[in-house]
Amino acid sequence: MTYDLVVIGGGPAGVAGALTAALAGLRVALIDSGARLGGQYFRHAAAHGTGHAAESGLARFLRLGERLGERADLLLRHQVWHISQNDGGDFTVHCNGPDGGPVAVRARRLLIATGAHDRPLPFPGWDLPGVLTAGGAQALLKGNGVVPGRRVVVGGTGPFLLPVATGLAEAGARVLGVYEANGGLGLARHPLLAMGKAGEAAGYAATLARHLVPYRTRRAVVAAHGEREVQAVTVARLDQDWNVLATRVVECDTVAVGYGFVPQIELGLQLGCGTRQDVDGSPVLSVDSAQRTTVPGVWAAGEPTGVGGWQLSELEGRIAGRSIAERPVAGVLTRRRDRGRAFGAALQRAYPVKAGWQGWLRADTLVCRCEEVPLARVREARDLGATDARSVKLLARPGMGWCQGRICGYAVSCLAGEPQQPSRRPIAQPVSLGALADTADGIPDDPATDPVDDPAH
Amino acid sequence: MTFHITIDGRQVPVVPGQTIGAALHAAGVRSWRTTRFGGRPRGLFCGIGVCFDCLISVNGRAPERACLLEAAPGDEVTTS
Amino acid sequence: MSDVIVVGAGVVGAACAYYAARAGLDVTVIDRGPVAGGTTGSGEGNVLVSDKEPGPELELAVLSNGLWRSLAERHDRQAGPGAHGGFEFEAKGGLVVAETDEIQRRLVELAAEQGLEHVLVSGPELRDYEPRLAEGLAGGVLYPQDAQVQPMLAAARLLRDGADSFGRGTLHLRLGVTVTGFVHSGERVTGVRTSHGDVLGGAVINAAGTWGGEVAALAGVTLPILPRRGFILVTEPLPEPLIKHKVYTAAYVTNVASDSADLETSAVVEGTPAGTVLIGASRERVGFDRTTSVPVLARLAAQAVALFPALREARAIRSYCGFRPYCPDHLPVIGADPRLPGLYHACGHEGAGIGLAPATGHLLAQVLTGQTPDLDLKPFRPDRFSEDSP
Ligand SMILES: Cc1cc2nc3c(=O)[nH]c(=O)nc-3n(C[C@H](O)[C@H](O)[C@H](O)COP(=O)(O)OP(=O)(O)OC[C@H]3O[C@@H](n4cnc5c(N)ncnc54)[C@H](O)[C@@H]3O)c2cc1C
Ligand SMILES: Cc1cc2nc3c(=O)[nH]c(=O)nc-3n(C[C@H](O)[C@H](O)[C@H](O)COP(=O)(O)OP(=O)(O)OC[C@H]3O[C@@H](n4cnc5c(N)ncnc54)[C@H](O)[C@@H]3O)c2cc1C
Ligand code: FES
Repeated sequence: MTYDLVVIGGGPAGVAGALTAALAGLRVALIDSGARLGGQYFRHAAAHGTGHAAESGLARFLRLGERLGERADLLLRHQVWHISQNDGGDFTVHCNGPDGGPVAVRARRLLIATGAHDRPLPFPGWDLPGVLTAGGAQALLKGNGVVPGRRVVVGGTGPFLLPVATGLAEAGARVLGVYEANGGLGLARHPLLAMGKAGEAAGYAATLARHLVPYRTRRAVVAAHGEREVQAVTVARLDQDWNVLATRVVECDTVAVGYGFVPQIELGLQLGCGTRQDVDGSPVLSVDSAQRTTVPGVWAAGEPTGVGGWQLSELEGRIAGRSIAERPVAGVLTRRRDRGRAFGAALQRAYPVKAGWQGWLRADTLVCRCEEVPLARVREARDLGATDARSVKLLARPGMGWCQGRICGYAVSCLAGEPQQPSRRPIAQPVSLGALADTADGIPDDPATDPVDDPAH
Repeated sequence: MTFHITIDGRQVPVVPGQTIGAALHAAGVRSWRTTRFGGRPRGLFCGIGVCFDCLISVNGRAPERACLLEAAPGDEVTTS
Repeated sequence: MSDVIVVGAGVVGAACAYYAARAGLDVTVIDRGPVAGGTTGSGEGNVLVSDKEPGPELELAVLSNGLWRSLAERHDRQAGPGAHGGFEFEAKGGLVVAETDEIQRRLVELAAEQGLEHVLVSGPELRDYEPRLAEGLAGGVLYPQDAQVQPMLAAARLLRDGADSFGRGTLHLRLGVTVTGFVHSGERVTGVRTSHGDVLGGAVINAAGTWGGEVAALAGVTLPILPRRGFILVTEPLPEPLIKHKVYTAAYVTNVASDSADLETSAVVEGTPAGTVLIGASRERVGFDRTTSVPVLARLAAQAVALFPALREARAIRSYCGFRPYCPDHLPVIGADPRLPGLYHACGHEGAGIGLAPATGHLLAQVLTGQTPDLDLKPFRPDRFSEDSP
């Protein structure tokens, strides 16, 4: 069986796209590696309390998810590791099924809605347990109901630090400070205000004030200390370019840091989709006004086309769904999307990553956590004639390990002195050789399509 | 409503739906493997399946990402 | 002005530059990309003698094998023991295994003809050498000389050591510079035109690998070098080393020498110092198409698992592909081009360029300094193809 549409990603973009297309009569399957729909923003615990569900549209999202479950096949706990285009022009989506076995799904059209992940920057001690990405801290809270620590420091750049810090504070963590590396303005003149998000910004400000959480700009966590886990961090005052001006030590048991997001575009790259550079330099998939990529039959929506928040992702998903179903796209939708994109671009401009972070590293600071490559080895590779990130990787191994450079890729590009290039990852998720070998004698086509009983839970 | 899993024989409570990584982290177990070269402790970092820091062996299987894997009653995990 | 200009900073160009500088020549190496950014950055690092049929390539391989060893020793004399040459040199030995008695008989015959150091291994003994091998294999032959290097590091080290160490010749590296044509003076080649101006030299070595034919064409001569695609699968680092030698099936030997354009795969499995297992090797002639082929990856996985059942649980985390520089007779092109004085070639090493690089560089340095090369270069001569064609 070949689906009219297979959507990869069950966040706001993927769910909106799948539902829109399904309502227009298409046979749709949606694949996500998670156990529940939601993606990053609508991540929720299996047994979520009502209070949480009412917040920020989660209840609405869950209803959309339920409607989708009635009209489409939901393949949850399926990790897509490769998509190939067949001779006839249709596509085969190769997944690891819930038990690790191979599952292949055929599609006439595809929607790539794989979201983004945090963009961390390395600093001494960043690999100590207790140092989490901002998104990681939030995922513990939202998806598992676990407060990540008692005394938490939040650092990085961008408006995303605010929901993370407020979430932590409201869940009972003592947030010792939010350290925003950019902006000299402070919360009262946060760029969110200038972008018509005054209500949102004020809400965060009020929550932080209520919990006595200091919000400090031009500050960053530049080192973490501890033996087997983090016990303290060095917080630095920064100049405009993020060079350290002065430091002090803050005792804490948990750190949540994030410097923006990295769009996940590798499935598009596998198919040969064209890319462009986003405002912050991230490679993203190029799409036209109807969210079509440069490869016929392949659409993309949400963060793989550029980061701009969940509402934008959802809008893009809806537009893609209409376009995939060959229905007209209302002008009001595209106009809202274009405004959303302008907003996303403005945020990226307001929260750039400045080169001074490289000065936070010591020779023995790990740049690549998987292969344990310290800065000194990256420098040695450059000395040996590595003039770009790929050859730094070939000579010193950063990015060759499990995460495939997702975590260190941005830093390595900066250290190699080149803009980030799209990373080819022909194997997007680890696949066991046994499962791969079994693929050789014909793939179990048509997964049992056991629509997971209750999609939203 | 909670059930238990064990880590190296020690019991850790789990709220249904929690991942193994979240349950361990909540119980104060913040690292469960060490790196190949430097022997550095590792636990959760990205929390969403991207970094592979949180690899853990469950019921004797090859290591999997603890932040993605939902805990099931009676799961036995081992540190390495 | 340099004595020698080397076009290409892959492992072959690096070896040419290294031995030329060591022989006292002033060398400039030009590459349009970084060091080892071509096929050298997308191969494996096997330094094999075992897979060569008796003949000129085997002689080249044996010479080269010895040179890799002495390069590693030379480096370690300065850097200290355990530096592995600065390029992860490991003389781990290769084990060729046979699925059937008939294949084993042929392997034994081949080993006798090659005249290399080897150990015949019976079926039951196989697991003394490789404890995790599958049951039921007929036997194999162990070649202790087979070794492994990290090709990108090897190329980079050779360029660095060539630039540093001798105090006689010099070595300049110009990266990000594309050769776009040649400078002629009368009948001779006297330099190259590049994206960054002309570079003059007494001799030009074409070490452009798979692009060697294109570079030759810029000089006005033909070399029939074509890409032969290969995929490699890489596993996650395994907790304990599963595989000690480089292990491959006999089919590998016949595929290497095959003329077919169609897909051929044979299991080549080995561990690396990083703990990962590399699984090759596929061969197909499909031009420069990089599209990942799931059927090819699946076949590689199936063959590896058939050899080492314990690999079933291991996960592949990466794959990559490269384009071997392939000549119709499977031999590299090494030596002066009689059609164009001043032009030399060192390319077309197909699936053995890493292994054969030092011998290639060493022999060319001998030619450039007027010595008699240690091996007869006739089988590798650049104009052999035009003569052969009817
Ligand atoms: C950890 C994290 C937390 C965030 N929290 C907030 C927040 O609080 N507020 C806010 O405004 N923004 C937040 N963001 C930004 C957020 O990503 C967007 O606002 C929104 O979720 C984007 O929606 P999306 O549909 O584009 O992608 P996502 O919501 O990220 O959904 C993508 C989905 O694709 C799935 N997927 C990806 N690759 C594969 C694959 N190979 N196989 C199978 N499935 C795959 C993922 O599991 C995921 O469910 C967060 C981002 C991250 C990374
Ligand atoms: C999958 C695979 C596995 C392999 N495994 C092995 C193995 O185990 N052992 C082994 O010995 N061999 C192996 N090989 C073969 C080996 O990789 C090659 O034979 C070898 O790398 C060739 O090296 P080279 O220096 O000739 O070419 P390259 O490394 O390709 O170098 C040529 C250089 O020339 C440059 N160049 C080209 N045109 C121009 C121009 N106009 N101007 C400037 N610069 C230019 C390129 O940028 C490139 O850097 C394998 C190959 C593949 C694909
Ligand atoms: S914490 Fe990053 S993959 Fe699990």
